[in-house]
Amino acid sequence: MNLVLRPHGTWVIVLSFLFSFMLAIMPLPSWASAWRPDWVAMVLIYWCIAIPHRVGVATGWTVGIVHDVLNDALLGQHALTLCIVAFISVKLHLRIRLFPRLQQAISILGLVIINKLLSAWIYSIFTEFQISWSVIFSAITSMILWPWLFVILRDMRRTYRVF
Amino acid sequence: MKPSVVDGRTLTLKMILFVSLSISLMIADSSFGYLTTVRTYLLGVVYPLQYLVDMPIKAGQWLSKSVSNRKQLLNENAKLYKENLRLQIALQKFEHLKNENARLRYLLDSSEEVSERVQVAEVLAVDLEQSKRNILINKGENDGVFVNQPVIDARGVMGQITKVGLFSSVVMLLTDPSHELPVQVVRTGLRTIAKGMGTINRLSLLYLSNTGLNTGIKVGDLIVTSGIGQKFPKGYPVGTVIEVTPDIGKPYAQVHALPRAILERNREVLLVWENATDLVVK
Repeated sequence: MNLVLRPHGTWVIVLSFLFSFMLAIMPLPSWASAWRPDWVAMVLIYWCIAIPHRVGVATGWTVGIVHDVLNDALLGQHALTLCIVAFISVKLHLRIRLFPRLQQAISILGLVIINKLLSAWIYSIFTEFQISWSVIFSAITSMILWPWLFVILRDMRRTYRVF
Repeated sequence: MKPSVVDGRTLTLKMILFVSLSISLMIADSSFGYLTTVRTYLLGVVYPLQYLVDMPIKAGQWLSKSVSNRKQLLNENAKLYKENLRLQIALQKFEHLKNENARLRYLLDSSEEVSERVQVAEVLAVDLEQSKRNILINKGENDGVFVNQPVIDARGVMGQITKVGLFSSVVMLLTDPSHELPVQVVRTGLRTIAKGMGTINRLSLLYLSNTGLNTGIKVGDLIVTSGIGQKFPKGYPVGTVIEVTPDIGKPYAQVHALPRAILERNREVLLVWENATDLVVK
């Protein structure tokens, strides 16, 4: 029993986050950058659903700080939003796990919209920035790409036995 | 097998803790300068990631350079040779003028001569927050970069350093909506402020009264830094006036300018160090 509970495959989690950071800062043409999927949030949500006893609010916060530094955002901006996203997905992990793929994608849409809106709202408090509809573009692409990401990460988790 | 039930109360407590931690971090970051050093080190930590993203693009450029044909290289070489010759001739004249200027200033007993040192930095191909106009360069604290340092390219002013990391730093471009730069019209000496508009390649010149438009500024005028803010050295070209619209309903006219520097496309930028040296008369 003890053997089973020991954390296993931390490097897979770390690697998946590193990869999501790289995707998040990869240069895109300016018209496409508004449509960039929220990779970091998606990977975080996946791990929160899959292994909520290991990846949760604290991981979300740490990932958020790194995301802030990479994006030259206010320190704590994405930390706050991602920790809330992690909280919601850990709370609902049993339900989201059971959803059919399409419904799961829709809940991802909701979570990414929460993430983006909160972050835009915080940003607009500290600077003069108008929240526009482009905030939800990335949520839409995240929703479309979710099933593939889910399958890839699930296979990774099974192959390297992350639990 | 798995303890799939996560304790709800600890989770909520943890969330509240981390949310309040983030809020205090944000306040500390925005209002006070406490976190500058922290960010310097954090930027140093994430530099490998940024480097990794930039690498394939750099490799692609290297590849395209190494397979470009001989004729093309010869052409480029000839073009650069001509350009160099032209610059050399201009420089001869410049040297003469500089000496003359120093002598005249000495005769007038007037202010100090300012000399500048520049260093080339490369732009890393990574995307930052898209609502701002920022770029990342590959020189940081280890190279002596400091906050508010001017950044220029071969054609004009590009912006200034806002955050310094160990090996990289963030440059806020002129066109960022929160960037303002004291400038001056070369032709008439009229002073104004160039503010970014958040759009590509457009600057807005502030506080120009409707009545002053006739004499002070017109389309096609070159604007340069005036050196009033003490941050930028004087006399670097900033942009060209492209639009002058008197606005009767408001106290100030709408004047737009096009930045001289190529803000979105260049790979190399120049960092400027200003060192006030004593006047030397040759």
